[in-house]
Amino acid sequence: MSALLYGRCLRSVVVREGLRFVHQRERFFAALVRPLVWLALFAVGFRAVLGLSIIPPYETYILYEEYVVPGLVGMIQLFNGMQSSLSMVYDREMGSMKTLLVSPLPRWYLLVCKLLAGVMVSIVQVYVFIAVAWFWEVQPPPLGYLAVFPALLASGLMLGALGLLLSSFIKQLENFAGVMNFVIFPMFFASSALYPLWRIREGSPGLAWVAELNPFTHAVELIRFALYLRFDATALLAVLAALVVFLGGAIAAYDPGRGFWARRGGPAEQG
Amino acid sequence: MTMMRRAALALLGVAVALPASADTIFVSNEKSNSISVVDGDKLTVISTIKVGRRPRGITFNADMTRIYVCSGDDNRIDVVDTTTLKVVDRMPSGKDPELFVLEPAGRLLYIANEDDNMVSVLDTSAKKIIGEIPVGVEPEGMGISPDGKTLVNTSETTSMAHFIDTASHKVVDNVLVDARPRVARFTADGRFVWVSAELGGTVSVIDTTTRKVVKKIAFAVQGVAKEAIQPVGIVLTRDGTRAFVALGPANRVAEIDVQTYEVKKYHLVGQRVWNLALSPDEKRLYTTNGVSNDMSVLDMERGKVVKSVGVGGAPWGVIVKP
Repeated sequence: MSALLYGRCLRSVVVREGLRFVHQRERFFAALVRPLVWLALFAVGFRAVLGLSIIPPYETYILYEEYVVPGLVGMIQLFNGMQSSLSMVYDREMGSMKTLLVSPLPRWYLLVCKLLAGVMVSIVQVYVFIAVAWFWEVQPPPLGYLAVFPALLASGLMLGALGLLLSSFIKQLENFAGVMNFVIFPMFFASSALYPLWRIREGSPGLAWVAELNPFTHAVELIRFALYLRFDATALLAVLAALVVFLGGAIAAYDPGRGFWARRGGPAEQG
Repeated sequence: MTMMRRAALALLGVAVALPASADTIFVSNEKSNSISVVDGDKLTVISTIKVGRRPRGITFNADMTRIYVCSGDDNRIDVVDTTTLKVVDRMPSGKDPELFVLEPAGRLLYIANEDDNMVSVLDTSAKKIIGEIPVGVEPEGMGISPDGKTLVNTSETTSMAHFIDTASHKVVDNVLVDARPRVARFTADGRFVWVSAELGGTVSVIDTTTRKVVKKIAFAVQGVAKEAIQPVGIVLTRDGTRAFVALGPANRVAEIDVQTYEVKKYHLVGQRVWNLALSPDEKRLYTTNGVSNDMSVLDMERGKVVKSVGVGGAPWGVIVKP
């Protein structure tokens, strides 16, 4: 009975998130167009940047387009993670979160459901994107499309958990711009998404060091290796560690007894 | 469920599409004075054979028991045993041999002597030079017709393809091509000879009966300067449908539809791709990349470069044994 309840809760949260995604067609296109713009416009100018050295997991020379695709997959998940944090804030402002939070199920479970729902949406976006990238001749081994699924799940959960944690800090929807400036951009640019670490190290050893500590770098590398049927243990450990920290933080933050909410006065005072 | 399982199996089948290959690849390394022996299955270097200085042109004897390699700076041909992988003999070559071609009958080796504007004719059984054919300045490319009757030599500075009658050892015709012709390759039916021009940036297709250029193939690679497109190595498939041209510092191999002479695709390989060789089963194409010191492997069925393997210093020529 109880398991049924848990299952029903997960299903309804996932369905709601999915419906929200499907109904906002602009959001779907925005999510797809953003990485495609990078691939079609940005990457073309950088075509010759790589071609010079072979780095794992690649076995031969690749064009920049091929290098940047896993980074853009990471970007989709990063934006999606932040977007679900945005929707948490929205839900809170609109009061629909109360409906969720009055559920008899434990708070942490509700948060994980919310998280999984967001990740599922991001994975759909990713598959559509890598399907389109196939026509840009970014064609990883066919089995790579399967192997990347667990990697996407891990990285999506990690980035979604970060979004959840951040959403507990944001009081109002308008503050989302701050997330863009202080989280999305630094995480994306100070990572191996756009340039390999050796390239960053050539330019700035300090930045390379930051990139190595950046969990987003590890999410991208995990995806990159999985897509080419290789396994990067360091990246997986780093992503899982970050997931534990972010998710733990988010659960603590959304705990009405302790957490940031309690300190800030809780959801009752919102609006 | 069975459908899904079948789909998964199909996927698996595609994933292991780098099929086992029993090829052995031999690469001459111009700067490290050696031949790298690469195992076609594992795609790793299994042996390195020391040869004379500046080895470039490389070819098998008729039964593939020996490798002949031009040791340019030592003015000789080194002979390598393909089983023991050791230099077992030396042959005279004339001055500064760069490229050569073995006649289909397997006895005579025609050698381009870059420094003294000659093509030397070596009898490989007698190990003696039996003739010299004066040609243009800086002879380089050597191609022989499938029937062995016509030899084509290109001279880099004269920018000509010289048609030589192998019976009389005389130049019978000269065809002007674009600047710095490097490689001459006959089609399997002997009707055409393809000549690459390194500085001209083109490949001229010459009709062997009329000895006229019937088509000039030009190249353009997105994001690559025109000067960097320097066609050198050429290979054609036996069935006469596909041709591949190495484009030097453009780091690309152009794939050409032989029927339409249209470039179908540019394959990204290592830096300064120089010469090309097809595996005997024509399932793979191997390239030598002179600046990045490696060899790239193109899967002919998937039309994709699948791997690059480090070899010696400045790899130049490549040949493949089944």
